[in-house]
Amino acid sequence: MATMSVLQQIITIAAVVAGTMVTRFLPFLVFPAGKETPKYVQYLGKVLPAAVFGLLVIYCLRNVNILGGSHAIPELISIAVVVVLHLWKRQMLLSIAGGTICYMLLVQLVF
Amino acid sequence: MDFMGDRMTRNGVVIPAMKAAFPYTLPIFAGFWFLGLTYGMYMNVSGFSFLYPLFMSMLIYAGSMEFITVSLLLGAFNPLQAFLMTLMINARHLFYGISMLERFKGLGPKKVYLIYGMCDETFSINFSATIPPDIDRGWFMVWVTLLNQLYWVSGSTLGGLFGSVVRINTEGLDFSMTAMFVVIFMEQWMRDRNHTSSLLGLALSVVCLVVFGASNFIIPSMLTILVALTLLRGHLEGQGKVGLA
Repeated sequence: MATMSVLQQIITIAAVVAGTMVTRFLPFLVFPAGKETPKYVQYLGKVLPAAVFGLLVIYCLRNVNILGGSHAIPELISIAVVVVLHLWKRQMLLSIAGGTICYMLLVQLVF
Repeated sequence: MDFMGDRMTRNGVVIPAMKAAFPYTLPIFAGFWFLGLTYGMYMNVSGFSFLYPLFMSMLIYAGSMEFITVSLLLGAFNPLQAFLMTLMINARHLFYGISMLERFKGLGPKKVYLIYGMCDETFSINFSATIPPDIDRGWFMVWVTLLNQLYWVSGSTLGGLFGSVVRINTEGLDFSMTAMFVVIFMEQWMRDRNHTSSLLGLALSVVCLVVFGASNFIIPSMLTILVALTLLRGHLEGQGKVGLA
């Protein structure tokens, strides 16, 4: 199937591992624990997560097609279920399980 | 401290931390097993032995990049391109690192593993979880990281082993990931007094998704978020509304 030799495959995987590790370790190497982190970076560390969680929600939904298929209706209904459950009981596992079961029923039985 | 006493203290810290961490990782278990099985099956039908998903999920440990690596392995040999592509796709980890700079301070050798295993889901839990005061923070985060990685590695290896045999209707189970990020987004929202950053993250990501498409929107989203938050620094800091839990 693959045209690469095993050594070439190992080198390719190692390149991907190295790239991933650079993105994970770089901030800690640039701003070591011993030195005080610049105020601007500390500010970013405080405000970035809220925006990142928004980005991650959209990232999960990136392949949903609003114009075709089921028009994102199962996703919107299930997210609404998650939001309502979480506002009501504020129990993480309940909100996630409720939304997921709702979504599975919708995509398997309805859409 | 004598050896037995030391062991007792260690057990007294490690086990409660695991018990506190485990419930937070349950949604990841569902999502990672589903995605891991899918990824393992994909490698299986692409003609790779289960050893590939086993080692790739253990060493790379970045879900979407592992899927892409399958197509890299089936293409022409070009490690530099593989390296640069990984930097682009995983650039969002830079934001996680910046957010965790202060929280990982003083954790000693644990810190190396915490950084190594910081995928989207692990970062989100370790950043947002309310860790009880009597639980060791370092061990709590190590358990979250380790359990999540175990779910991913076992799921993808099983997919690689039994990929062509398993037939269960799990369609839609991967929505647990989306649901989890929605909950974490809401938790952050409830903690913050000012919601500018949350709203910017959602809005700019949607705009970039529409403009650049599903496979190219992450870097533009990160850059526009970074620019917007930098421009708003005086406003957000000046009003003292950046307080986090």
